[in-house]
Amino acid sequence: MASWIDRQKNVLDFTLSSLLRRKGKNLALLAVYTLLVFLMASVMLATSAIRKEASTVLREAPEMVVQRTVAGRQDPIPLAYLEKIRDIAGVVSSDGRLWGYYYDPVVGANYTLLVPREDGPDPGTVTIGPGVARARMASTGDTLEFKGASGALIELVVGDILSTDSELVASDLVLLSAADYGAIFGPADGLATDLVVRVANPRELQTIALKIAERFPDTRIILRDEMLRTYDAVFSWRGGILAILLFGVVLAFVIVSWDKASGLSQEERREIGILKAVGWETSDVILMKFWEGAVVSLSAYFIGVLLAYIHVFFFSARLFAPVLKGWAVLYPQFRLIPFIDASQLTALFFLTVVPYAVATIIPSWRASVTDPDAVMKGIR
Amino acid sequence: MITLDKARKVFSQGKPNEFVALHETSLVIEADRLTVIRGPSGSGKTTLLSLIGCMARPTSGRIHVLGREITSLPERFLTEIRRKTFGFIFQQFNLIPGLTALENVILPAYPTGERRSSLERRAAGLFELFNLASKARSRVEWLSGGEAQRVTIARALINDPAVVIADEPTAHLDSKLSREFMDTMGRLRNEGRTVLIASHDPLVYEHPAVERVFHIRDGRIDGDGR
Amino acid sequence: MMRRTRSFGLFMLGLLVLFVLMAAHAALSVRGAGPVLREEARLVRRFELTDLCLSTEANYTRHLSLADFHTAFQDHPLALEHFPSGALLGPPPHLRRSHGQLD
Repeated sequence: MASWIDRQKNVLDFTLSSLLRRKGKNLALLAVYTLLVFLMASVMLATSAIRKEASTVLREAPEMVVQRTVAGRQDPIPLAYLEKIRDIAGVVSSDGRLWGYYYDPVVGANYTLLVPREDGPDPGTVTIGPGVARARMASTGDTLEFKGASGALIELVVGDILSTDSELVASDLVLLSAADYGAIFGPADGLATDLVVRVANPRELQTIALKIAERFPDTRIILRDEMLRTYDAVFSWRGGILAILLFGVVLAFVIVSWDKASGLSQEERREIGILKAVGWETSDVILMKFWEGAVVSLSAYFIGVLLAYIHVFFFSARLFAPVLKGWAVLYPQFRLIPFIDASQLTALFFLTVVPYAVATIIPSWRASVTDPDAVMKGIR
Repeated sequence: MITLDKARKVFSQGKPNEFVALHETSLVIEADRLTVIRGPSGSGKTTLLSLIGCMARPTSGRIHVLGREITSLPERFLTEIRRKTFGFIFQQFNLIPGLTALENVILPAYPTGERRSSLERRAAGLFELFNLASKARSRVEWLSGGEAQRVTIARALINDPAVVIADEPTAHLDSKLSREFMDTMGRLRNEGRTVLIASHDPLVYEHPAVERVFHIRDGRIDGDGR
Repeated sequence: MMRRTRSFGLFMLGLLVLFVLMAAHAALSVRGAGPVLREEARLVRRFELTDLCLSTEANYTRHLSLADFHTAFQDHPLALEHFPSGALLGPPPHLRRSHGQLD
């Protein structure tokens, strides 16, 4: 056992000297490799954090949301539907939700306006989310103007600002009274944006949903389960657009490994020749090459993951912000909670460290089985 | 102790640039002697040394080293024999730059799993022998030609080989260093080692320590001196 | 004199230590995030919210789970995706399945 360790230490020592001899090239390789790991790890950490937070927080979402579609578009739903829905066995309660999108031309931001069911703001006042406060540079007591349906300007005073703890769910919210909502979007007139339904027994949700769909063929129903699964699916790196992003990164990575695997330089081959000539076996040379790959890939993995962690959880994944933000003006300043998925990091380890270590061995194989007399000739 | 029996080496066999480096050669290298293989460049000296030193396999024929036939041995065993039996001194030194003299000397023993400290001790002994103690921790790029030459000799001796093989060892040395080198080879022979040198330098083959000279020309052993 | 191996060993050890610290930081942060998560859940319950606010660019990236086939079409079936976030945030799974039971 001890001699095995000494053998590794000796070979590793030579490997390190070998790497240091081509410092520039190897540092560049390490940098590229670290960057790739950093990108992959950032995507993994960010998506698993969002998924976990969504699954925790959205457990309180409404059990069932009923939308109405007309001519392929979402349309306000008549409150008259509520009676028939409440009649269905198993339904505890059902209410209409009033909410909509408002485009603020002053700053070019989109808000979500919502009328809370209970304890909403008094008419004339609004409670705004932290993102809105930032976009409008507003604080309590300031006045915000909204354009009403009739064209008139409606002034509402900021009564309260939601805490920054709520960024991830309420960043763009503007909570207001039903009266003010009506003034901005036009009178409700027996209509709601959509309906929420609460049932006694969660296992009957599907059945009840079917019944509602039967009775109102113009409706579309979304269950809480589906809301939760949405985030699971959208932020799963195994499927969806993020997979394509990752594919790009993996491809870049394969190219780097391939370049490494496709051949040795003259100098490297000479070195192997010398080693063979002084008595190193093929297996010793392979071991050295393995260490060469392992040193670079292990370092890159750990540094890459550490940097990714800092990037995602201390800097809110700033590099991805442009894509998520897009053309929007209002962007939530969320601090993701570090729910780390160990299985993902392990998968990343095997995706990156192992292939690279192997890729480094391949071209050396040929050279190391060649007879070392080439060294004697001093040609190759 | 080393026998070649109709050994032949052809490069790029079957291809348009086929080249016979060594024609059927039979010869015996006696143990505990200092033998020189003398011939001009391109005569096949290096090929012959490669075959004897288990660095290459003959295209046909047989080679025996210390009574053991090595021609058909698998690579693993060949390497082991090479490491344990032979010490090589190359024409171009072939030291690894960036490593110190000490590290170059113990390099052949790295994969054996021997403790580093023990390797360094053995190397220290050799450094003393060759007056290189002060240069042990110097990078080989900073050594003079003569010092580098001595480092390669020390490296060849680290595994205490029975046979020392040198290929054109004086090619980059001046007369004084060449004579010193041959004196060292004489001492090694006196220690009971077999020394085999390929060279076309008169300072080598005319040195008093040399006991046997083979001539080689165009891949053929041509007569036999002394 | 195995400077190199020792230096590398220390370097890797340092990285491992940082890795462990990272894991510890994550664990502690998750534990300390209780209040934040509770506040968010409370708001979700109170305002009957259905989605996280990740993007305010388009209605179907703001409310991912409520999006429908038509929303990406906007006014015209051939209107191409022109929101960057739309490229990143794909359609919910219940959309892509055929709506067997609920249609």
